[in-house]
Amino acid sequence: MSSKAEQASPTAIKTGITHQMTGNEAIARAAWEAGVKVASAYPGTPSTEIMENMGRYPVGDVHAQWATNEKVALDVAIGASFSGVRAMTMMKHVGLNVASDALMSQSYIGAHGGLVLIVCDDPGIHSSQNEQDSRIFGRFAQIPVLEPCDAQEALDYTKIAFDISERYDTPVMVRSTTRISHTRSPVLVSERVTPDDLGFNMDVSKNVMVPGHARQRHPVVIDRLERLAEELETSDLNRLELGSSKIGIITSSMSYVYVKENLPEASVLKLGLSFPLPKKLIQDFCAKHDRVIVVEELEPVIENEIKTWGLKVEGKEFFPRIGELSPEQTRISFEQAGVLEPEANALGPQFEPLIRPPVLCAGCPHAMSYTAIRSLDVRVAGDIGCYTLAVGDPLTAIDTTVAMGSSIANATGMYLAGTETKPIVATIGDSTFIHSGIPPLIDAVYNQANITVILLDNHITAMTGGQENPGTGKTLRGEQTHQINFEEMIRACGVEWIERVDSYDAASMMQTMRESIAYRGVSVLIADRPCVLDPVKIKGPSMSVDAKDCNACQGCMNLGCPALIWSDEWYEGRHIVKIDPTACIGCSVCAQFCPTGAIQPTVVLDQKSAKAKPCGVE
Amino acid sequence: MAKVKKTDNSVMAVLADPPKLDPKETKEPINVLIVGVGGQGVIMVSKVLALICQNLGYEVKQSEVHGMAKRGGVVFSHVRFGSNVWSPTIPMGKADVLIALEWAEGLRWMSYLRPGTGIFIADTKRIVPPFACRSRILGADIGYSKDTPDDVREKVAEAFALDATEMATRAGNERAANTLLLGALSTTLTFPTEEWKKVIAQMVPPKTVDVNLAVFDQGQNWIDGSRKGEPVEGAAFVPLVQPELNSVRNTLEITAEWCKGCDICVKMCPERCLVLNKDQVAELAEPEKCTGCHICEWLCPDFAISLNPITQEAVA
Ligand SMILES: Cc1ncc(C[n+]2csc(CCOP(=O)(O)OP(=O)(O)O)c2C)c(N)n1
Ligand code: SF4
Ligand code: SF4
Ligand code: SF4
Ligand code: SF4
Repeated sequence: MSSKAEQASPTAIKTGITHQMTGNEAIARAAWEAGVKVASAYPGTPSTEIMENMGRYPVGDVHAQWATNEKVALDVAIGASFSGVRAMTMMKHVGLNVASDALMSQSYIGAHGGLVLIVCDDPGIHSSQNEQDSRIFGRFAQIPVLEPCDAQEALDYTKIAFDISERYDTPVMVRSTTRISHTRSPVLVSERVTPDDLGFNMDVSKNVMVPGHARQRHPVVIDRLERLAEELETSDLNRLELGSSKIGIITSSMSYVYVKENLPEASVLKLGLSFPLPKKLIQDFCAKHDRVIVVEELEPVIENEIKTWGLKVEGKEFFPRIGELSPEQTRISFEQAGVLEPEANALGPQFEPLIRPPVLCAGCPHAMSYTAIRSLDVRVAGDIGCYTLAVGDPLTAIDTTVAMGSSIANATGMYLAGTETKPIVATIGDSTFIHSGIPPLIDAVYNQANITVILLDNHITAMTGGQENPGTGKTLRGEQTHQINFEEMIRACGVEWIERVDSYDAASMMQTMRESIAYRGVSVLIADRPCVLDPVKIKGPSMSVDAKDCNACQGCMNLGCPALIWSDEWYEGRHIVKIDPTACIGCSVCAQFCPTGAIQPTVVLDQKSAKAKPCGVE
Repeated sequence: MAKVKKTDNSVMAVLADPPKLDPKETKEPINVLIVGVGGQGVIMVSKVLALICQNLGYEVKQSEVHGMAKRGGVVFSHVRFGSNVWSPTIPMGKADVLIALEWAEGLRWMSYLRPGTGIFIADTKRIVPPFACRSRILGADIGYSKDTPDDVREKVAEAFALDATEMATRAGNERAANTLLLGALSTTLTFPTEEWKKVIAQMVPPKTVDVNLAVFDQGQNWIDGSRKGEPVEGAAFVPLVQPELNSVRNTLEITAEWCKGCDICVKMCPERCLVLNKDQVAELAEPEKCTGCHICEWLCPDFAISLNPITQEAVA
């Protein structure tokens, strides 16, 4: 069973009834219902599906587009807001770091057309490089932070965010998490309401942040937060559920449902916003209870602010600052706090069946690139994308990975340190290169570094599920647009050594890579082969291993291709290798490495399909 | 108490009086955990279940983390339904049913099952990750669970191990294995069969409706049949091969005078245990890594390397 390819148009679903939606689908729906005219984003788990869903709404209703990075995305949204329409941008938590420069000043400028940022955190680091709590960023930028707890609230809060943004003249953040974004729950949808276009707001003292203007705006920022906090004292956004006066729980977001799961009858104050806070409401709640516990995932954002008011609350002495909260962890923390009786350790049987880390796909072009890199004994500054998986066994070909676009400048720094005896290589994907790899490349040339950049051009933004980017020449909605010519662009940066090689051609890859590191100065090798998963699944006829020729040397196993596994036969105590025909896409890279020639195209015995089919697109 | 069927290794343990879970009769939601490997259709199973619950008027929450799903990683989906559901994830030890599309993944999530009553239904299909084939020790074991249905038998209330993938393949579509498991799941709940079939027909590609409905019945019959003690179709569980202990070991010898330092062996050694020393002569730098695979011996143009077998007795 596999799902049907085309879903019905999202505008066709019935209003006034509930539909199962993920948090991300609900946010996209909210944007459409709120009449958002411009939405711009750069993909990043767990936020990606918001924009992918927006791309399914009618072109005439919303301009939905992939931006080159999160700062560009926010700046595009800001521009639309300047021009008086509702605008939205969405990103994963670390994307906010990239966008933050614009955000810090836009906070002073405010919002003419409603301006909303959806920021999706990743507690538990399911697929990210860190576990930062973006709510702290919201406070830092002095913008309101709404915290939905499920898909329904994700929809409602996103719409309310536009209202707050316009009434208080401020950008607003809606903060989701992996769990909210990727959980389906019932959502009541309604009709779309389109606000009037306001037109450009001619107000230089507000729109142009020079020191004199900024000094005028800072008090406005403080004032609007105070006014909003005042409104929140009586707002429906906070939910007060009074129970016993012994213990009161203050919470927000997903933590709320974990509290309810364990203490359905407890006295709870669920805050709709973690910033600003309704001080009087919280003071009253604390006064009504003998003991107050703040339950938050990650950082003690709410707890610490309450403590600064001199109120006595508990929280992080029982609840972890690290990792994703869960119903069972919440239970354990309540047990430690003496709120719940310890429950007997009631778990099912425990097994440790195997380790199953994520791997590069069968036939992934990155596998060959890193095999060549590995054979050269070089220092490798890595970057972020599918190819980061080459850090693990068996490729083990990456020495550092920091943040998107870091590789090239990290390599420059390693070169300048002067301590490195090995050649220095930076590896970076096409989407990451466009995101933030170009300024460091210009820097490397400008400062005369001696490094090799390997641009892993798989013609897609693969890690996040296959999004178009300027290198693919297609838009979010699949329309043709200008396609970047990487060679021209790299040459314009001042690079003189540029070669493009087919990633599946093992000999050329090895040889050209050797030449690239021998070159003194900045050299760029473009490893060129499309991703086998997106935008189209590539599957050619499989290869197979002739067991009588395989001497089980394990050379092919060094590629880490998941189609290559051990058979039940042995040779001198080593496992003979076999190929899973359903997984193998027939890239032939393993065959190019096999010293005994044991790997050959599968012989097709069926006469009808006996004609050799070339490896192609399925 | 669990009655154990020993005749067919693929049926593990059946309860004498199996419960039918009915969300109308419990205050707490019913919890179904569906697990497998990327690409197997875990999310489809949970979508079908969620849609049925929704059609029947229950609140349902369905939570999954699928960031690495496409890269062969672990995929799991929590489905909780009832009159009122708070947490979208199932608390550990509270899953009423665990459906596994892959054998070892079923074992991995076993601790989520409710002790004493949780029902385990697993496809015996194995998806061996490349990581399981990493050891280079001679006679090395595969890094995949050796646990068999027998090892699981005593530890769960009711458990079924069936070769769903094989059964679906025989029915004409390997990808329908997850529908077969839906049929198996349906026996644990009170939902009407027509409701399941309606939703499945709606969710699968039109051309595959017939085969999907057929394997759904097979899944249902398989569980019902085993509960009644009737013989059920399905291959017996095939244990993994045992390591070959009686292996030949080779020691490597390099005739330094014949080596011209061409670097071929160094570059081609799968274990990367050879180097060119300061005299530009090949040297076995990390003898403990050498598997004796002969590659350097065969590739050396000057016959400078030879591998000599030593017998087991000599090793001992
Ligand atoms: C600042 C930031 N934005 C977004 C992401 C999410 N992200 C991780 S990898 C990736 C795309 C990588 O694409 P590409 O460089 O083309 O490599 P590929 O995955 O295609 O190999 C994205 C968007 C991130 N980690 N950090
Ligand atoms: S999705 Fe594409 S780039 Fe990523 S591992 Fe698979 S083939 Fe490689
Ligand atoms: S040809 Fe070899 S490397 Fe390529 S997908 Fe098949 S098994 Fe993997
Ligand atoms: S490289 Fe060839 S000989 Fe070596 S294990 Fe693989 S198939 Fe066998
Ligand atoms: S026999 Fe030669 S090629 Fe094989 S592992 Fe030993 S040194 Fe390497």
